[in-house]
Amino acid sequence: MDILQIVIVIGLLVLIARPLGHYMHRVFSNEPSRTDRLFGWCEKPIFALIGLKQRTGMSWKRYACSFLVTNFVLVALGYILLRLQSGLPLNPNGIPNMETTLALNTIISFMTNTNLQHYSGESGLTYFTQMAVITMMMFTSAASGFSVAAAFVRGITSKGNTLGNFFEDFVKAHTRIFLPLATIVTLVLVALQVPQTLDPTLTVTTLQGATQQIAIGPVASLESIKHLGTNGGGFFGVNSAHPFENPNAMTNIIQILSMWSLPAALPFMYGRFAKSGKQAWVIFSAMMLLFLVFLTVAYTAERSGNPLLNDIGIDASQGSMEGKEVRFGIAGSALFTTVTTAATTGSVNNMHDTLTPLGGMVPLVEMMLNVVFGGKGVGLMNMLIYAILAVFICGLMVGRTPEFLGRKIEPREMKLIAIAILAHPFIILAPTALTFVSDLGMGSISNSGFHGITQVLYEYVSAAANNGSGFEGLADNTPFWNISTGLVMFFGRYISIIAMLAVAGSLARKQWVPETIGTFRTDNALFTFLLIGTVVLIGALTFLPVLALGPIAEYLTIR
Amino acid sequence: MNNKRSKSLFSGTLVAQALKASIIKLNPAVMIKNPVMFVVELGAAIVLLMTVFPGYFNAEETVGFNLAVFFILLFTVLFANFAEALAEGRGKAQADTLKRTKEEITANKIIGSSVKTVASSELRKGDVVVVSQGEMIPGDGEVIDGLASVDESAITGESAPVIKEAGGDFNSVTGGTRVISDSIKVRITSDPGETFIDRMIALVEGARRQKTPNEIALNTLLISLTIIFLIVVVTLRPIAAYVGIELEVPVLIALLVCLIPTTIGGLLSAIGIAGMDRVTQFNVLAMSGKAVEAAGDINTMILDKTGTITYGNRMASDIVPVGGASLEETAAWAAISSLQDETPEGRSVVEWIKQNGISYDLSIGEDGSFVEFKAETRMSGIDLRDGRKVRKGAVDSVRKWVLAQGGAIPHDLERQANRIASDGGTPLAVAADNRIVGVIYLKDTVKPGMRERFSLLREMGIKTIMCTGDNPLTAATIAREAGVDGFIAESKPEDKIAVIRREQAEGKLVAMTGDGTNDAPALAQADVGLAMNSGTTAAKEAANMVDLDSDPSKIIEVVAIGKQLLMTRGALTTFSIANDIAKYFAIIPAMFMLAIPEMEALNIMSLGSPLSAVLSALIFNAIIIPMLIPLAMKGVAYRPMNASRLLSRNLIIYGLGGVIAPFIGIKLIDLIVHVWI
Repeated sequence: MDILQIVIVIGLLVLIARPLGHYMHRVFSNEPSRTDRLFGWCEKPIFALIGLKQRTGMSWKRYACSFLVTNFVLVALGYILLRLQSGLPLNPNGIPNMETTLALNTIISFMTNTNLQHYSGESGLTYFTQMAVITMMMFTSAASGFSVAAAFVRGITSKGNTLGNFFEDFVKAHTRIFLPLATIVTLVLVALQVPQTLDPTLTVTTLQGATQQIAIGPVASLESIKHLGTNGGGFFGVNSAHPFENPNAMTNIIQILSMWSLPAALPFMYGRFAKSGKQAWVIFSAMMLLFLVFLTVAYTAERSGNPLLNDIGIDASQGSMEGKEVRFGIAGSALFTTVTTAATTGSVNNMHDTLTPLGGMVPLVEMMLNVVFGGKGVGLMNMLIYAILAVFICGLMVGRTPEFLGRKIEPREMKLIAIAILAHPFIILAPTALTFVSDLGMGSISNSGFHGITQVLYEYVSAAANNGSGFEGLADNTPFWNISTGLVMFFGRYISIIAMLAVAGSLARKQWVPETIGTFRTDNALFTFLLIGTVVLIGALTFLPVLALGPIAEYLTIR
Repeated sequence: MNNKRSKSLFSGTLVAQALKASIIKLNPAVMIKNPVMFVVELGAAIVLLMTVFPGYFNAEETVGFNLAVFFILLFTVLFANFAEALAEGRGKAQADTLKRTKEEITANKIIGSSVKTVASSELRKGDVVVVSQGEMIPGDGEVIDGLASVDESAITGESAPVIKEAGGDFNSVTGGTRVISDSIKVRITSDPGETFIDRMIALVEGARRQKTPNEIALNTLLISLTIIFLIVVVTLRPIAAYVGIELEVPVLIALLVCLIPTTIGGLLSAIGIAGMDRVTQFNVLAMSGKAVEAAGDINTMILDKTGTITYGNRMASDIVPVGGASLEETAAWAAISSLQDETPEGRSVVEWIKQNGISYDLSIGEDGSFVEFKAETRMSGIDLRDGRKVRKGAVDSVRKWVLAQGGAIPHDLERQANRIASDGGTPLAVAADNRIVGVIYLKDTVKPGMRERFSLLREMGIKTIMCTGDNPLTAATIAREAGVDGFIAESKPEDKIAVIRREQAEGKLVAMTGDGTNDAPALAQADVGLAMNSGTTAAKEAANMVDLDSDPSKIIEVVAIGKQLLMTRGALTTFSIANDIAKYFAIIPAMFMLAIPEMEALNIMSLGSPLSAVLSALIFNAIIIPMLIPLAMKGVAYRPMNASRLLSRNLIIYGLGGVIAPFIGIKLIDLIVHVWI
């Protein structure tokens, strides 16, 4: 039954991904299509309002600037709202203003599509800020990521000086992808008993006669975009484990597919841009194969239970159920965990802190790689960067200087790629090490030994990969954590995106090299394996030493 | 020259010099140019300090281990330096040979009407000198008057002298070559220090060696990997401290050195130098490493027909009787006229007749007196003992000769001659006394093996285009025979440029060969321009490679060398990076095993002890460099085949091999090291 559930979900994903990717290509290729008529009525006034008449292409620099400025304006706006939320409308529960460093952390977290939450939604935010800041940013950060991915793909597949128009992409990502999909998913979730209301917290008298507060609110709308935008910030502190966010197995599957479909569709969008269905399958298969390995590890690890508990004779027939919801079981939890960290959503339906060591290593490694589907466009971009690296390292072996999609990979591109691949381990490992030498950081760790290392590492990996899932257990709402993770999220998002846009800009300007029989092929099974090999060798092995001290040591010592 | 220059890989003096140079290169100011190895050297220095002042570092107990680590690291650096020095040394040895030709020469400079003896170093561009028999030509220049045979063996290694004369495409002379007959006036075309030989010395010495774009890009990758692993190792210590594991600095340095790509980092420049050197061994001078790399990337090759694809001299391919003569009769006269004819055409006639099994009376030609070919008569032949005269030659000339003898012209001569001409051949009429008996069909012959080579090129994805001054019909015939992909008939020099530009506009890289001044613009436009040494200075200046043997078909081998260079670089990079897996499995369990005994589970090679595991991984990391030096120098084995097959093959050898080899190597070393530790 477990396996069947998993197979069905994966099967559905494969069915959805391709047509969805082709639809996304239609959205971002800017060629006239039937969908224009469907959405033109709402886009035209928006374009008119923001004075975007010509919608001319932008150089990579202008594109990156537009992206940054838009993001920063939204950050400033959101920060002000969070700091002033107590006096703003729709605050029936009288929630106070957010503290400075927490507000900063929260705003960076949502703008960078990380959605790491150092606050608890039901007690830290008003309905107004839940909608005007959190939900708004869930749309805009996802749309930003998609726009950048579209620009990157255009750059590496087309000729010219421009990567497209950021504002056009940004608007279209909303009107044609996120808003329609979010509406549909919201309605489905409401139908499946997820609350959607502006009423204040319910105060009820329990059967024992005690008074209990039950938090409710506009949950369904947030849930839909939380997953579609691979955001992950929950309405409630316990996220999708909460019975109002994710009441049953059906909503669980819908949430899994919501967060997984768009990242999985992106390779097919790329395939259309590259005019090669095979390219799409290479990228998709590499992602899927890695995913299946991770899922298998997570599932088997959780299924076999916690050896320490098994040893004292506790019934382990259900697997390790600590921190998991009975309504999802091992399969629903392991799949959710693997997907949420693959797609860098970061929502959780079980507490990752309580996963078995190897089960907990899976989300950790997926976020370290950030290429197994990956969220909101960044996953595809990262995977393509690894593809360029694979071409660069192995391409020479056919006796030609390396080419990817007909473009030579030269020093300029390698320098930019170097920035992208250097930044990631740096912003994970440096603050992790810093935490262990500073009292400020050490104070928050709630576990001793190897698990403590995993806890800290997880927090920064999650921040750096813009995932946002929490390992939990870490007392992270302190200025030290708010600021350090804030910076990590910020650099994790913008350094690599700018570097990759620069790569795209540089590749777009290049003279194309025609493909011959002597050309290194990047559209076959061999390249899929090369790509996986490169990801494992360069992306994963980097973290092996620290993983050995965290989950691997923990696993070996308790088994 | 080939033999003279190619020295065995590890000849005694070269090795001795390289050993010395590898120690000199330890100078940090030099090492920093190779950041990967610089990090290793820095690591060695730190471990050395810890060994010498153990008290200061609290490392009294591990002095022995630290000393061992220091020596292994030192040798890692030395091995890398040795590889580079050895590659450079081979170039230097060649440069020394050349320098000997550069010793001070006296020159007879013409000033006004008098001749003054000056040192060659005083000559400047535009000066005119006289060089007579037995004298050395004092500098690069053009012959402006006279004709002489010149011995160019100092440069080309070819002992047969070449004729240099004023005007035309054979007027350029090179300084340091010797006039062996006659006397010429030469206008000097380069200042001292910029002559061909000077440039050649600089090139083979590697003094002017600049990193190619691909090397720079690869270096960027290697540096970023180094920085990544630096981050990994530096952060590991505080993280490990949290669980009470005290990581020793030398162990961390060992981990770092094992993970950073030292193998390719140590061999990268040696690969580049050796690649250039292979081109030089092949008697082709590449002006830059970039040109050699570009050769590997060539998509289109433009080849001159004559000399490259065909021999240029025409061979008999048929004999056509005219005027009612029989084939045997015509063939017999053709053979007799050619018996004493030593030209390739003449020999080919005799050969053809022999091959076609036609017999004739040899005795007729005995004691006849041979009439040599002359430009005025355009005929050759033989005057027989019995007074009969036999001639063969250009149809017009023979016709005139026969008419002058009072003979008649067969009515089908014209038709046959025209047919041969329109097929791309050259008709030679054969006449005995006053009667024209037939026509010899001379044809330009494609060099043997060209067809196969072109099809190999096609398999590598390289298109060949033949350029010829012939008419389209002839061109098509030869093109079909040679198996080229395209041709340009009746081509003018401008056509070549047009073709190059057209191909380049499609993003293709184009290679071409040329020797004349009018080839110069096209040579400059091409991505790889190979000029013939016999060609003009202008051509040589414009090209980025010069073939000292003046064999235009060498361009094909140059492409192969370029590809081999790139493949070697890729193979060793892949190998180096793939090695990391085994090293992780050696060092990581070893590092943590004392504190976490369960880490033994990761010790899949079951290495003897933590210390021996670390040392074994380090030793493997060091000795793999000298073990790969021969491969770096010779280049990986290369046979032309398509990219997919090449990739699978190289991936299995260097990718999979790179994963497996260190597991075996480290285990073997551990078996030995563990005896001591």
